[in-house]
Amino acid sequence: MKNLILFLWLPLITYSQNSIEGVITEVNSDNKSVPVVSANIYWLNTTVGTVTDKDGRFSIAYKPSYSKLIISYVGYKTDTLTIDNPKFIKHTLTPSDELDTVMIVNRKKATSKSYLKATNTFTVSSDELLKAACCNLSESFETNPSIDVNFADAVSGTKQIKMLGLTSPYILISTENIPSIRGASQAYGLSFIPGTWVESIQITKGAGSVVNGYESMAGQINAELQKPSKDYKLFVNAYVANSERLELNTHFNTQVSDKWHTGLYLHGDLLNEKHDRNNDNFLDMPLFKQINVMNRWQYTNAEKGIVSFINARYLLDEKQSGEVNFNPDTDQLTTNAWGSEINTERFEISGKLGYVNPELPWQSLGVQVAFSNHQQDSYFGLRRYDIQQNSLYSNLIYNSIISDSRHKIKTGVSFTYDSYDELVESTNFERIENSVGAFFEYNYDDLEHLNLTAGVRADQHNRLGFFITPRLHLRYTPWEKSALRASVGRGIRSANIFAENQNLFATSRNIIIENANGKIYGLDPEISWNFGVSYLQGFNLFNRKADVTLDFYRTDFQNQVVIDWENPQEISFYNLKGESYANSFQIEFNYNVFEGADLRMAYKNYDVKTQYNSGKKVRPLTPEHRVFVNIEYKTKPKENGARWKFDTTFNWLSEQRYPDTSMSPAQFLQPELSPTIGTLNAQITKVFSSKFEVYLGGENISNVRQPNPIIGANDPFGSNFDSTFVYGPIFGSMYYAGLRFKIK
Amino acid sequence: MKRIILIVTLLVTTVTFAQNKNAKASLEVNGVCLMCKERIEKAAIRTKGVKSAIWNLDTHELKLIYDERKTDLTKIQKKIIAVGHDTKEMKATDEAYASVHACCKYRDEDIQKDHKMGKSN
Repeated sequence: MKNLILFLWLPLITYSQNSIEGVITEVNSDNKSVPVVSANIYWLNTTVGTVTDKDGRFSIAYKPSYSKLIISYVGYKTDTLTIDNPKFIKHTLTPSDELDTVMIVNRKKATSKSYLKATNTFTVSSDELLKAACCNLSESFETNPSIDVNFADAVSGTKQIKMLGLTSPYILISTENIPSIRGASQAYGLSFIPGTWVESIQITKGAGSVVNGYESMAGQINAELQKPSKDYKLFVNAYVANSERLELNTHFNTQVSDKWHTGLYLHGDLLNEKHDRNNDNFLDMPLFKQINVMNRWQYTNAEKGIVSFINARYLLDEKQSGEVNFNPDTDQLTTNAWGSEINTERFEISGKLGYVNPELPWQSLGVQVAFSNHQQDSYFGLRRYDIQQNSLYSNLIYNSIISDSRHKIKTGVSFTYDSYDELVESTNFERIENSVGAFFEYNYDDLEHLNLTAGVRADQHNRLGFFITPRLHLRYTPWEKSALRASVGRGIRSANIFAENQNLFATSRNIIIENANGKIYGLDPEISWNFGVSYLQGFNLFNRKADVTLDFYRTDFQNQVVIDWENPQEISFYNLKGESYANSFQIEFNYNVFEGADLRMAYKNYDVKTQYNSGKKVRPLTPEHRVFVNIEYKTKPKENGARWKFDTTFNWLSEQRYPDTSMSPAQFLQPELSPTIGTLNAQITKVFSSKFEVYLGGENISNVRQPNPIIGANDPFGSNFDSTFVYGPIFGSMYYAGLRFKIK
Repeated sequence: MKRIILIVTLLVTTVTFAQNKNAKASLEVNGVCLMCKERIEKAAIRTKGVKSAIWNLDTHELKLIYDERKTDLTKIQKKIIAVGHDTKEMKATDEAYASVHACCKYRDEDIQKDHKMGKSN
């Protein structure tokens, strides 16, 4: 036994005798020598290495055959020391060219398309988000041709987005890769994410990744929020518009310890002034107030490869709309005056934990868990609508490689739970949905011409049953600066018919559900296949960078919950009997006209048709053609960052089909098609320094208005009242000004 | 008996260690730009047994993780010099060096300077 102990001890003793110790330092901005933590120390051409501790000290094994000791650290020049005999080493690192980072910021494009990824994804940075100063996620897409922003109705003031011709329920919208705008928050959820909280947005057209679930049909939009470790220590954005809308955003970020950062994000939004420019006795936009508070905690431990985020959020949102003289205290749910209130309260808590193996950088493990409670109490005239949703989302992802880093895999399991409790007028709807699933995604990158991602997931859902979701993305580069992409994928979801179509309550239409003994409101799940191809080509035009993108996508529904507005007295929901598809073609051209000036032009064509009970028709309020032009000019920044920025966006939509009104009495008859509409937005930003800037802008400068957006406005309790025939702006032009103050 | 098992266990561990599946190493590889980076990393990763290869433009350090049972540093370096990049220990042939793009001629001092200037602008 003694022998054994001795035997075990021996190697340790030998080890400590043959090692070198030392300390690594750097010179900080105050010209003081400070230790460098976690610098890499290793012997050239060996696997023998170590890192420095919190005092910059290290100890490394030594053999006379080792001679070159390498010391490296991110952001510093790597040094090689020649070691002749094992003595104490004292070494100072010098920072590598610091200008590098500045250069990258300068060259960064506000919206960037990837030439390499398999998916047709583009990233919208916070710079792009600043182009439209206002105000939340739904408004931030107005400078983006791939996403259409429309008003959902003439009452709630809600903006609705569309991608590939399909409305937002068909898009998987996530924050930090956790599906967030779904179910109860589908209608107004985009306005619950303040624009300044968003660090960047990734938009993927076509079938998304299987990692985030099976629900995406037309695409995915992911918003990355500000990170406490990277965001400004203090950020203030104040905004005021001539509609008397006020908005205030403040961020406070601080480092708590060497591994913990925390951020507190506050958002307040208020409109307290009644406007009725078109004199229809209805407010052009609702009165509202929103309070939105988020606290984020970030834990980073680079040595152990651990990153974690913990978020808690509270939201209170209140809207009042309807007739100008409506007083909620006395007129609520009466026929004194038509009015509506939508009050939402939401709690959210989420956590992410990521572990990257410091030894094997390709191996990582991630866990995401999110819980939310969403409560909306609302009424529209005499119609009540309340919804409560409790939602739990959890996802575990393991990343690794097969043989080498050209073959990557992602695999994992997920569990989701949603409980819905709805009151629709006087009927209660309750349901629970849960699912457990597993996914596997393989990515191959030959580092040159081909990149492909093939994923599949299998899920067991209490209402949708057992199903397989396959998805494939492919990118091929036939020649320089080009990317040819193709994708195909399946999506499945349960339609929350009331929550997603809340604009129906601001009509006098009767709600009809054609019960098919399905498991969601008597209806079946929606199932679709999406196919797409796209081609991106970069080139030089008069020695300046340009690129052109062509893409075509088709979403084909195997089943859809058809929303039928074709009878002016009714809204019906039924399972698709026949064909329903959305074809989308887009051509986009980007050009850097001269230093600082960028031009983006796009044309889009939609062919979106559905088989209704009354025949196959174009989806209502979906324009066939859209033209988009955005011009941006920035002056060169001075040393302190001072510069001017100009930005203008023009949008034109062709005629949009109105739902059939041929059965209405003559005074309520609507034409078959809406007029065309063109709008112009512009913004000027004056940056005084990297700390302070002001902006001034106008939305819909040409003051285009839809004259009579509400049908039957003079008899809102009559049988022909309808506020959903909205094709364009109601309020007309709006001007705003604001300031941003930020401290690093 | 116990002792034998212990010794065997220790031996097995040592053997596994010597044949490390995820051996780490660093090579100094010469190059000047991001095109070089792509070329160097591709050459390295395409060597059977190399699992990860990341080259740093500033430091010229190529960080490798590879399976020692399948390859070794000499083999990897041979692949790298074959695409025209010198390592500290091995020199690329003139033919291989001639194959790199004109802007990547890292042996040329003018080109080295050009890239440095680009950085500080």
